[in-house]
Amino acid sequence: MKATLDPARPGSEGAEPTSRAEASSEPRAEASPASAAPSGGTPPRPTARRKSRSGGEWFGKTYTLICVAVLIVTIFSIVYFVASKGLSTFFVNGVSLKEFLFGTKWAPDGEPQSFGALPFITGSFVTSILAACISAPLAFCAAIFMTELMPKFGKRVMQPVIELLAGIPSVVYGFVGLTVIVPFFRAIFPGQGLGLAAGAVVLSIMILPTITTIATDAMSNLPRGLKEGSYALGATRWQTISRSILPAVIPSMLTGVVLGIARAFGEALAVQMVIGNAPHIPSSLFESASTLTSVITLSMGNTIMGQVQNNVLWSLALVLLVMTFVFVAIVRVLERRSLR
Amino acid sequence: MTTSIMEIDRLNLHYSEFHALKNIELDIPEKTITAFIGPSGCGKSTFLRTLNRMNDLVAGVKIDGSVKLDGEDIYGAETDVESLRKRVGMVFQQPNPFPKSIFDNVAYGPRLHGIRDKATLNEIVERSLRGASLWEEVKDLLGKSALSLSGGQQQRLCIARALAVEPEVLLMDEATSALDPISTLKIEELVRELKKEYTIVMVTHNMHQAARVSDRTVFFLNGELVEADETEKLFSNPSDARTEDYITGRFG
Ligand SMILES: Nc1ncnc2c1ncn2[C@@H]1O[C@H](COP(=O)(O)OP(=O)(O)OP(=O)(O)O)[C@@H](O)[C@H]1O
Ligand SMILES: [Mg+2]
Repeated sequence: MKATLDPARPGSEGAEPTSRAEASSEPRAEASPASAAPSGGTPPRPTARRKSRSGGEWFGKTYTLICVAVLIVTIFSIVYFVASKGLSTFFVNGVSLKEFLFGTKWAPDGEPQSFGALPFITGSFVTSILAACISAPLAFCAAIFMTELMPKFGKRVMQPVIELLAGIPSVVYGFVGLTVIVPFFRAIFPGQGLGLAAGAVVLSIMILPTITTIATDAMSNLPRGLKEGSYALGATRWQTISRSILPAVIPSMLTGVVLGIARAFGEALAVQMVIGNAPHIPSSLFESASTLTSVITLSMGNTIMGQVQNNVLWSLALVLLVMTFVFVAIVRVLERRSLR
Repeated sequence: MTTSIMEIDRLNLHYSEFHALKNIELDIPEKTITAFIGPSGCGKSTFLRTLNRMNDLVAGVKIDGSVKLDGEDIYGAETDVESLRKRVGMVFQQPNPFPKSIFDNVAYGPRLHGIRDKATLNEIVERSLRGASLWEEVKDLLGKSALSLSGGQQQRLCIARALAVEPEVLLMDEATSALDPISTLKIEELVRELKKEYTIVMVTHNMHQAARVSDRTVFFLNGELVEADETEKLFSNPSDARTEDYITGRFG
């Protein structure tokens, strides 16, 4: 395997700089007219007003517009770059989209090559959704505790602690998962302890702050009359929580859960450390598996820009990107619905 | 005269350091409308909320003295707060229907108290909505969100919701102050109708409303009960000079 790859390297490296230059110059070439258009198109309006308004306002507006333009250009360049690289797997290298999405065999260096990404797609979905299932009830209880049961203790102690969880680097989570959760699973369940379950548990702790913060905000923003109305009818505290508060915060909770899933979906390092990284669909939660992110980080260094092995990683990144858009869209829809 | 359903004796209430109710003594007769009037901040709402122990929800409240419902002290050790609130219902200043369907709003109370049977619930919902003169307007939209109703309809829905648990006393804290004049008149009419079966205690900022609707009026000032009397007597011939100053508009 290595012997066949190594000779190929110098040869392809010669071709590589051009393809890399092409790839990186494309978005830049795209970028400059795009950034020129808004900044070139807008100044006339501010200058017309400049006589009546202060120069500070003109400066502020221009500055803001430039910042916005830079942001938009950056985002579009990234999307364009990922998409163009990711799609070239199918259009340049001729891998079939169907095989990529539904194939279960991942052997980019095999003979014959095979690029079935389904194990990673399933791995990503299973770990993130499982993580959300673990995290959501915990987050709901934490939020109830902080808003209903012990508001003072909640605000002073619990909220900062939970926010702290959000700031811990993912490598620390992965390390803790590897030294605590994996041996724990190994002791109780069959297998090595590495696998989807360990990944989901680590992720569930990582997304706990996201869901908890959103649930807490939703609960403290509930109209005061909602709770009073329930108590005034003779409801106990638990009846009020389960029949009044819970239904009222469910839309926001869903938003939090989707955001949590999105975060879990994109997390790479911590999952990679505990999931085992076997490139197939496991038959149990305690068997080694992979996610989209873990396979990208692991294989990145072993491939060469422009080759199919590298392009197919971009395709995986494209799947991640598309899924992120889908999650954002779901959140938008949920928010709009809860406003009604 | 009719018997008293509630008797309040030497009631004092403190919000931490602040002495909000001072030595209140009052009898509330059965099946009458009692109105509380007084300038803002004099403790009307606070007093009203002691009658169904809604003040328990506020941190730092200290209460002493006694409030008796049918002869039993509601602050006594053996009182069950939930069943007290079932007997003494409350309607708030801002209409506060739950973000549920009209039906589920009215059925909320009965369900809390263990009624599951669909036919019974249907019957309770219809009776309560009729009781709150809302049935004709909403009978075809029972599944619709309560939040889609107008403010006045929402407030009548809240009354229906309170009636659904068959309280003996209904407390209304400025229940019409957020409503337009027509909705207000409707609710006043409704309150007079409800008096046949319920004892009603209402807080109002509007002295005309107190004069129009109530049988007895109680005047509060700075946490003290200044005067309690037949409405007609209190407005035409008050015995306390401060009451006279207030109703003639000299302050407040
Ligand atoms: N939760 C609370 N904590 C501390 N003080 C309070 C609280 N609620 C009310 N008070 C104080 O108690 C006093 C009486 O308030 P209350 O709400 O009973 O007045 P009110 O007569 O109903 O006034 P309004 O007509 O404006 O509704 C006020 O001085 C108020 O500041
Ligand atoms: Mg008040």
